[in-house]
Amino acid sequence: MTEGMVAITMAIFYILLLFMIIAAIIAIETKNLLSSIICIGAIGFGASLMFLFLRAPDIAITQIVVEVLGLIILIRATISRDLTFISGDKEFFGTVISVVVIFVIFLAGVQVFGTLQNFGTPIFAKVPDAASQTYIKEGLQRTGAANIVASVILDYRAYDTLGEATVLFTSIIGATVILRKKAKKLLVELD
Amino acid sequence: MEKGQQNSGIVQKKETSNGAKGMTVIVKTISSWVKVLIVLFGIYIVLFGHLTPGGGFAGGVILASSYVLLMLAFGREFVQKDLPLALDSKLDCFGVLLFTLIAIFGFALGGTFFFNFLHQKYNLGEAFHLVSAGTIPLSNIAIGLKVGASLFLVIFMLSTFRRDTSVNR
Repeated sequence: MTEGMVAITMAIFYILLLFMIIAAIIAIETKNLLSSIICIGAIGFGASLMFLFLRAPDIAITQIVVEVLGLIILIRATISRDLTFISGDKEFFGTVISVVVIFVIFLAGVQVFGTLQNFGTPIFAKVPDAASQTYIKEGLQRTGAANIVASVILDYRAYDTLGEATVLFTSIIGATVILRKKAKKLLVELD
Repeated sequence: MEKGQQNSGIVQKKETSNGAKGMTVIVKTISSWVKVLIVLFGIYIVLFGHLTPGGGFAGGVILASSYVLLMLAFGREFVQKDLPLALDSKLDCFGVLLFTLIAIFGFALGGTFFFNFLHQKYNLGEAFHLVSAGTIPLSNIAIGLKVGASLFLVIFMLSTFRRDTSVNR
């Protein structure tokens, strides 16, 4: 990649970043719930494009698909409500607490980002014996998967995937148990 | 001639009685064409997860979103006929069962949980082909079934619940 291409890519990247930050601020500050949800969708699609710029197409696909599904649910839940405008003042105590928490996270972030690589540079450029180095060198030979991400999430780190499956399973059990009584009643009515 | 007119009249009546549920005819027609492409794309993403970007989770969400599209366009009862809740939760459980079975087979045949026995012991298939990578495509299918079924089930449950509260009010 030439110097000019890198400069253009970084310019697009920063514009995208700015767009996402503005959308996030609007999503918090607007009084209309529907426009707030649309701003959340804009943040999600911006994040998906950002993953593409960072050359992570797996995450980009997952991000955009989950974003679409979540947006559909949120919009459907919002449209059918009578009250789509937020009213009332913000509580003083809650505001103080959130400002303090954000300040602490900011301080920790300053510490952490000082130790990180430049943006977009993988960690194994700094740490030569990082685990990701092993995956890249031996992944194809040991697992046979051409997609290195698949070989990590379903072979080297399959426990993580098992945990994710457990989370989904638990959430569906919870949703079924909590919503069961009313849902069953409605289904009987429909029949 | 008269018979034909009568028939067309009956057909029209049926269409309007069907059209009461769900959205307009335009949305219904387009979504009934598009759903096939979405399902195909989801299956492709799941099956080729070990070769190209994608995998079980993304493919499963795409499969779930195809049924969500049908639910939005045609109404809840149409989807119920196509994919009953009992079958949906069975698919969900089958996905989990398949995934844990792969893990336990790895333990039994290789000594460690999630051991890739198909690749490391029997060396099935070639790299960069569809049949390769041992248990990874099987895990992808399991995760895809699980994620698709359970996400659709959650959305169905939530929408049923929401409607019920509006009825009570």
